[in-house]
Amino acid sequence: MKSINFDHISANPLLPEVKEAMIGAINKDYHNPSSQHRDGEEAVEALVKARESVAKLINAAMPKEIVFTSGGTESVNHAIKGVAMANGDKGKHIVTSNIEHNAVIRSLRRLKSAGFRVTSLSVDENGRVDPKDVAEAITDETILVSIMHSNNETGTIQPVEEIAKITREKKIIFHSDAVDSVGVVPLDVQEIGVDLLSFASNTAYGPVGVGGLYIRRGTRVFPIIDGGVQENNKRAGAENLIGIIGMGKAAELAVRDMDSRYHHLKNLKEKFLGELPEYIDEYIINTHPQHSLPNLVSVSIQYIEGESVMLMLDDDGMAVSTRSACATGSLRASHVLLSLGLSHADAQGTLVVSFGVDNTEADVTAFLTSLKNVVTTLREISPLYKTVT
Amino acid sequence: MYNKTVMEHFRNPRNVGVIEEADGVGEVGNPLCGDIMTIYLKISDDQIKDIKFQTFGCGSAIAVSSMLTEIAMGKTLEEAKSITNKDVAQALEGLPKNKLHCSNLGADALQLAIKDYEDRKAGVTRSEPKRKDEHEHTHGDKCYCPYCDIELSEDAIFCDACQSSLEEEH
Repeated sequence: MKSINFDHISANPLLPEVKEAMIGAINKDYHNPSSQHRDGEEAVEALVKARESVAKLINAAMPKEIVFTSGGTESVNHAIKGVAMANGDKGKHIVTSNIEHNAVIRSLRRLKSAGFRVTSLSVDENGRVDPKDVAEAITDETILVSIMHSNNETGTIQPVEEIAKITREKKIIFHSDAVDSVGVVPLDVQEIGVDLLSFASNTAYGPVGVGGLYIRRGTRVFPIIDGGVQENNKRAGAENLIGIIGMGKAAELAVRDMDSRYHHLKNLKEKFLGELPEYIDEYIINTHPQHSLPNLVSVSIQYIEGESVMLMLDDDGMAVSTRSACATGSLRASHVLLSLGLSHADAQGTLVVSFGVDNTEADVTAFLTSLKNVVTTLREISPLYKTVT
Repeated sequence: MYNKTVMEHFRNPRNVGVIEEADGVGEVGNPLCGDIMTIYLKISDDQIKDIKFQTFGCGSAIAVSSMLTEIAMGKTLEEAKSITNKDVAQALEGLPKNKLHCSNLGADALQLAIKDYEDRKAGVTRSEPKRKDEHEHTHGDKCYCPYCDIELSEDAIFCDACQSSLEEEH
């Protein structure tokens, strides 16, 4: 039997309509959109339609501002390295935050070894960057500000509109990693005023292995994959048309269902947060009370360790994610949790519970019941948990 | 991720708890991942009559604690002193490479508890069970990954087992 998924941040299921669209695309045997014969034209039409759907999802001014990529990671790499390569002659300074995803951190680390300087801003205890810090960090040498839209470990949403005001005034390119936002929260690139936005199809219940980079018209970004002239000369290589058609369908559905999806998820999250105190005590919520995704809660359960919790919940048929150092290859505590000021011990007990459209209120109750038992069992074993008798 | 034996011990850990009036207590903390393990001993006639543990840690750390108490139960002190990390890991039929360090924790806690017993017997002022700040490795001149304790070549710039980059010395 499949587990109840409370780990949507790691993988969302494909929506039935998305599967249908992709299977339809497979059966159509599309030709290469770059070919000029009739079969190629048919492929072009499918590609154009998908691009329009995706553009609509983030309200891009025109579809050609969307570049299809292999996913969020490639989009982030493209944005950061592409800006550095195109604008490195104007300056070699980049501003970012301490809680970015590794795709950002490691792209910037790569640039550092190529002579770029990076200022990484700290966040408050709620995990938010102060726009004033962004303004202060900018120098004459700054060519890029890269601050994520929402955080994949805490769900906290950054003040991107305020940051965009600063970058626009100073004419600096602003990239936002919105991989965990697009498809979950309404997002309008024109309203935010962002120049580059990375996102992934799977967040909107589309296939893994396809994503997008929004490049506002007039933004100087070099391609990082060179070859043919696909994607308006911005990303070479024959298009992953089946994946792109799946993403297009997912985008279309996300636009159609955004309101109901948002409220469904928010309702589950509020039920979880509201009822949690009835089941367990002594925990810390790391998710911002207002500025956060509707589908994610980060909770640090004190005196116990996250991998143990995850394994026991797994036995009960509940899939969650943990940010315990023990569950990572490197055994290092999460840089995001430590940035919030969490102690190592509390960081160890952190679970990321992420809801999806496939979850129900009954799932949440089942999860809380299971969690209570697991927490009790593990606290009985823990030397840190001293019961008052 | 874990084999059946490890999961079985994790799900049904043996000898969990505290021994009131224990004859020896050993507590160790892993500075790397933050795990903490406490071992309590009841000893008479130089033999371990009872052993219990408390652990704050991952699945592997809990399974290691459980298996360690099973191995040590009933052993004479001399026998118990020769229990190594390897014995525990082997009895568990292996641990993932990056979790081998958890087995160090178990043997370390046991040895500290035995030492605590011997110190008390010798009349050494009883100190509060102390958390060790660092692991003491007697690795000789070989290089080991500071994150997962896997042997490395001297010029390794990253660890094959846990993929940590090794900017620091190892």
